[in-house]
Amino acid sequence: MTKKKFGSLLLVASLVTTLLFSACTTGGAGNAGGSSSKGTIKVGVVNNPPSESGYREANVKDMEAVFSAANGYELKTAYSLKNDEQLQAAQGFITEGVDYLLISAAETTGWDEVLKKAKEAGIKVFLFDRMIDVDESLYEAAVVSDMSKEGETAVNWLLAQNLDEYNVIHIQGAMGSDAQIGRTGALDAQFASGKMNKVVQQTATWDEAEAKKIVESVINSGDDFNVIYAENDGMAKGAVAALDEAGISHGINGKVVVMGFDCNKWALRELKAGNWNYDGQCSPFQAQIISDIIQGKKTVTSKKIINEEKGFDAKTLTDDDINTYGLGE
Amino acid sequence: MKDNLKRIFKGGLGQLTIPLIAIALLVIFNLIRDPSFFSIELTLNNNGNTVLSGNLISIINGASELAVLAMGMTLVTAACGGQDISVGAAAAIAGSAFVKILKSGPSINIGTVIMAFLFACVVAMLFGSFNGTLVSVFKIQPMIATLILYTCGRSIAYWINGGATPTVSSPIITAIGGFIPGVPIPTPVLIVIGVALVFVLVFHFTSLGLFTQSVGINGSAARLNGINSTFIKLLSFIILGLCVAVAGTIGVSRLGLINHETLLLDIEMDAILAVAIGGNNLGGGKFKISGSIIGAYVIQMLTITLYAMKVPSTDVKAYKAIVIIILVVIGSPVIKSKFQKFMNKIKSNRQRVSVKGAE
Amino acid sequence: MQDNTLLQMRHINKVFPGVKALNDVDFTLRKGEIHALMGENGAGKSTLIKILTGVYGMDGGEITVEGMNVTIHSPQDAQNKGISTVYQEITLCPNLTVAENMYIGREESAVVLHKKYEKRANEILKKLGIPARASQQLGSCSLAVQQMVAIARAVDMECKVLILDEPTSSLDDKEVNMLFKLMRDLKDQGVGIIFVTHFLEQVYEVCDRITVLRNGELVGEYLIEDLPQVELVAKMIGKELDELSDFGEIEEKQFDEKDIFYEAESLSSSEAMPFDFCIHKGEVNGFTGLLGSGRSESVRAIFGADKVNGGTVKIKGENVKITKPIDAMKHGIGYLAEDRKRDGIIAELSVRENIILALQVMKGFFKPISRSEAEAFADEYIKVLNIKTASRETPVGSLSGGNQQKVILARWLLTHPDYLILDEPTRGIDVGTKLEIQKLVLKLAEDGVSVTFISSEVEEMLRTCSRLIVMRDRHVVGELKGSDLNQTQVMKTIAGGETQNEG
Repeated sequence: MTKKKFGSLLLVASLVTTLLFSACTTGGAGNAGGSSSKGTIKVGVVNNPPSESGYREANVKDMEAVFSAANGYELKTAYSLKNDEQLQAAQGFITEGVDYLLISAAETTGWDEVLKKAKEAGIKVFLFDRMIDVDESLYEAAVVSDMSKEGETAVNWLLAQNLDEYNVIHIQGAMGSDAQIGRTGALDAQFASGKMNKVVQQTATWDEAEAKKIVESVINSGDDFNVIYAENDGMAKGAVAALDEAGISHGINGKVVVMGFDCNKWALRELKAGNWNYDGQCSPFQAQIISDIIQGKKTVTSKKIINEEKGFDAKTLTDDDINTYGLGE
Repeated sequence: MKDNLKRIFKGGLGQLTIPLIAIALLVIFNLIRDPSFFSIELTLNNNGNTVLSGNLISIINGASELAVLAMGMTLVTAACGGQDISVGAAAAIAGSAFVKILKSGPSINIGTVIMAFLFACVVAMLFGSFNGTLVSVFKIQPMIATLILYTCGRSIAYWINGGATPTVSSPIITAIGGFIPGVPIPTPVLIVIGVALVFVLVFHFTSLGLFTQSVGINGSAARLNGINSTFIKLLSFIILGLCVAVAGTIGVSRLGLINHETLLLDIEMDAILAVAIGGNNLGGGKFKISGSIIGAYVIQMLTITLYAMKVPSTDVKAYKAIVIIILVVIGSPVIKSKFQKFMNKIKSNRQRVSVKGAE
Repeated sequence: MQDNTLLQMRHINKVFPGVKALNDVDFTLRKGEIHALMGENGAGKSTLIKILTGVYGMDGGEITVEGMNVTIHSPQDAQNKGISTVYQEITLCPNLTVAENMYIGREESAVVLHKKYEKRANEILKKLGIPARASQQLGSCSLAVQQMVAIARAVDMECKVLILDEPTSSLDDKEVNMLFKLMRDLKDQGVGIIFVTHFLEQVYEVCDRITVLRNGELVGEYLIEDLPQVELVAKMIGKELDELSDFGEIEEKQFDEKDIFYEAESLSSSEAMPFDFCIHKGEVNGFTGLLGSGRSESVRAIFGADKVNGGTVKIKGENVKITKPIDAMKHGIGYLAEDRKRDGIIAELSVRENIILALQVMKGFFKPISRSEAEAFADEYIKVLNIKTASRETPVGSLSGGNQQKVILARWLLTHPDYLILDEPTRGIDVGTKLEIQKLVLKLAEDGVSVTFISSEVEEMLRTCSRLIVMRDRHVVGELKGSDLNQTQVMKTIAGGETQNEG
């Protein structure tokens, strides 16, 4: 490639990036545009962008809903997947003089300086969703999920079904991701103890179409199975599509128990319709807990607050649950 | 006919040799491993249709999106001497556009589905012409030009629908992604056949093949023969855009769900591989779409074989890579010419022996 | 065996699938001689050279170098045995310096000792009288000097046998003379030189001996003084002498003003300075001038091959706009480009596809020529132009140069042009084909086609053209016709004012 070509390429690339970022920034500004009347509590939130996942989208919405003007807050937000951009945004909030700084960091390191500055400025810091490698004294509290607890909740539910035998198709998420590790651990323990039988354990890297292929291949091989444990809703949907095509019944009163994670609204509706049996959730709702602490309704006993994880059984799921806890739409 | 046979015996199967041998080896391997591997059964599915099922069906069905994309990719490769790495992201955009229209109406009927598909086509062709313009007008290398859409495509797909995994459910969508009531063959397979037919017709009723190859082999000569090479390159990207829309629609319809992050994830690499395994020169020029289609099925057969062998999930990609390295190396010009030399030697030895025998 | 025999190839056989490329060929090269290897395209010259340089293995025969039996495994091996080749296309790297090019790939240590090599390079360049500095970028030298650097590289590798494969095709006369001087110097130093060329005059200027091949067989080895030029041609093409001279004089044709087919006024392009030009129906005219005089650029402007900047163009008296090739084609103009490989053939496509290409483009994207129709066209022109190809489906790139040229000619003839521009149609092709093309041009003119013919060989143009436009330094400097059409007058006009005064 000639230098000239490369030059024009850079130009185009930079143009596109600029466009993207300017779009992001305007979005952020829109969120921040609240009335700054006296008596409101100024909260700066540094988070990952809502486009990251359904989880994040719900998380962002939850923050916006709880820290609303109606509840007496003035919310400023900054979204980025990059740590250094997040650090800059946090710095900006400190300079602007917010009362509270809420952070879900892209990386666990590099936050020392900024948090110290916040402390000097008298700004109280909350961590949510993700921990940061800093001294506990630098933040008020960290409201986080315990990923392995999420898996345990699901596996305990499965054990409570008292099936005669457990022949499990385990469809994993992208290997090495927090969610995959958390959701795999408890089930692996069951496989190891021999209580459950591993028919197949394969990753579909969160891809629903891939999950369908995995289940198809098990069906084609003629191996017997009665549980599908998919590490997110999409993959569970893929697996169910394979069952449907093969004429295998599933859900309540079906032959195969279907388990998913994330609690998308559409997935909870599948539960409600009896097509699936269980949906677990790594709760994206941390805003209320933080708000309670800010307003003194809740006292901090331990700085690390584990957010309660939800798990829904198709038999007990209510429409209210779908509206309250369902992600998306 | 006799001439054709003669040609085949003389020159082998040409560029289709490698992919066909690969398929044959995979078939033999699977038959040894499990004689009933390719058995096909009729089963009653949960929608009340009697349908074909079995590994063979899974392979042919599962490769549909890949096969469609590989066809378009072949054309871009031939005309531009480079590949479009944004097809996965573009398919996510097209799929999102498809879902957007479906969800905007009060109900889903044939009309809205056709509207949605046409909208997806328009969107995908627009993004295709964006890529195509960068390549043909601004002369940016295809891989680099499409890197832009590859990077930001899935974000764009997200913006279209907002929600992370919007779903659509309708018997029509199920029919597109699964089975049409009364037809035991998966609809995506029928769609691939349809797209392949369209390509055959296009090649028959236009000079697309000749012009594309001319532009890809010798752009300067093509221009001096009056061919508008900018247009041909742009056209190849627009046609690929149509393939992207078809693939995205199939992908969405399979599960009635669009996950902008995972829809046809990494498929660009498989599509490029399919083109390469099909014996097409990735540097452009002469091409055979049939080779790429076979290449797509080779890749899918490999994947299903690995699944059937219950290869641990962490190892699947590594095994796939090994097999593909072998295929691509065997297909490389160096090995080909070595093989040719070897065959000539055998031939001349045999001649010598027979001459001696005659004496 | 004589003492001064340097290289001997005996009973060389080489078979390609379906073709016997060399049949029992002998070749002998002595120390300090320049030996021309002659033959038409496809005679087996390249095959013999490629066996000698280790590109091909041989199927039979033996090679001795200075009396020792050798087997040559690879080009690298050939170099180590003292056999070096300088090809028509420069195979060096233009963005490296002269010295780097002379030593690349054969540094004694991993670290390139620039100073040391530059010094050595400068010594050799000086010794051989090559006008280049070691530290200069190779790309900044003229083609001739680049070629000489390639030769210097070979000399420095202590080559005994130097093969020059068409070294003069892209050089002008002055540069050719420089090259010849270098060749003679090397000859005096005892190097044996094998010289492959299509330029007969050059053979007689510089060579001592000639070996002629035809159809893969040895015709004979001759001392230069024993073989007059006409006889050489006869031996190469295997025809009798009188057949060659059967060309006859061109009839003086009278053209009428109203017969003008194409007329341009101050036409200019990104490459060509404004010029006026016209051609009549059934006329053959030509552009002549030295390389770089603007002759090719001018015809490219006519065809719209480069960006047209200005001027008015009339076809049959009507104003038309020709800004790109397709415009020209639609007005019945065909153009065979100067650089066959770069601008002509689509190498990997078949003879059939290459032949129908231009016609297909003119018919349009949505009206493809059917397979059977295309096959009929291809067969017809393979026969008419006597194109030597295994079949119409053979990739055109595997044909010999002359036959490739015929395929491109066929491509344009198939469009039935009113006006055909042929830029160097005979370059790098064998004598037989050259004559065929010249005859074809005259026949086309008889049939009423206008032809513009460009060739580096003035003689060839005199034989075909009834009017010559002479260019110098990108300007038209004269127009010759009638009795002025002779070698001396052309040379004088090309050379310009001073020479004219002297004459």
